[in-house]
Amino acid sequence: MAAKKFPVEAGHIMMFARAVGDPNPIYHDAEAAADTEPGKTIAPPTFYQASAQFDPDYFLRPKIGEPWFGSGKEPTGVPPTRTGGDGGTGLHAEQRFEYFRHVSPGETLTLKTRPGKSWERQGKRGGNLKFSENITEYYDESGELVVRATGVGVRTEKVVESD
Amino acid sequence: MALQASKVQVGDTYTQKLTDDLSRTQIVQYAGASGDYNPLHSDEIFTTKVAKYPTVFAHGMLTMGMTGRMVTDFVGDGRLTAYGVRFTRQVWPGDALTATAKVDAVRDEDGQSLVDLSVTTVNQDGDVVVMGKATAKIDP
Repeated sequence: MAAKKFPVEAGHIMMFARAVGDPNPIYHDAEAAADTEPGKTIAPPTFYQASAQFDPDYFLRPKIGEPWFGSGKEPTGVPPTRTGGDGGTGLHAEQRFEYFRHVSPGETLTLKTRPGKSWERQGKRGGNLKFSENITEYYDESGELVVRATGVGVRTEKVVESD
Repeated sequence: MALQASKVQVGDTYTQKLTDDLSRTQIVQYAGASGDYNPLHSDEIFTTKVAKYPTVFAHGMLTMGMTGRMVTDFVGDGRLTAYGVRFTRQVWPGDALTATAKVDAVRDEDGQSLVDLSVTTVNQDGDVVVMGKATAKIDP
């Protein structure tokens, strides 16, 4: 699941670069960017992950009118059984990007996602670790692949004691 | 300025301090910009009482993004062809982070000069929080 369309916006790039602590003017000053080698504002290397903003179903963003697993009146807004599942206890183990070109504000990217490899290994403190790859490819308006992102998630499973 | 193949050598390193004191507010900024609002990164009550961590912690992708600044400052704007990391340890508010790139190879591929880098970010105790690789186009 992912956004289908990712409009690349100058204000979004500026906010993203601020958040990662990168003061490079190429990310926030179009005039300064014109004097750089790319000749215009480009997205910082990990910006592509922010396509989550354009995923209507992204599970780590509160949905209007729906319960949220973060705190409000209570430490969690949903029954405990739901907080251990997709509620965020799976961890991000690895992330890779391949860049065929760096994108600029005004472009709209089309995303295609597919599962990659999956594997298991025994954790140090017992329990099975389940790894799975998720591959997202970002295409520009002419259908060219511009970026491939591969995320690896890891999920721990309790050891089932056999008798 | 982009790197030049003739001026960069295997074993060269480039180090940058990323933060002296990572703030919870910067983690919130990253949540807002990236769209990842997992409460583990901003909601102290959920994180301590429900998820049972000592406090909120940074998105792995925040550390990767901060480390990316070091990489692009080293290789130049728009030069990266690959960048990947493994998240090896959590990053907590108050952490000081330092990122280092080390030149693993300078090579030529279809007439394009490339540099391969090992990338490592450590916290104030010297513990590695992310480690990975990057490749960038460089000038001949």
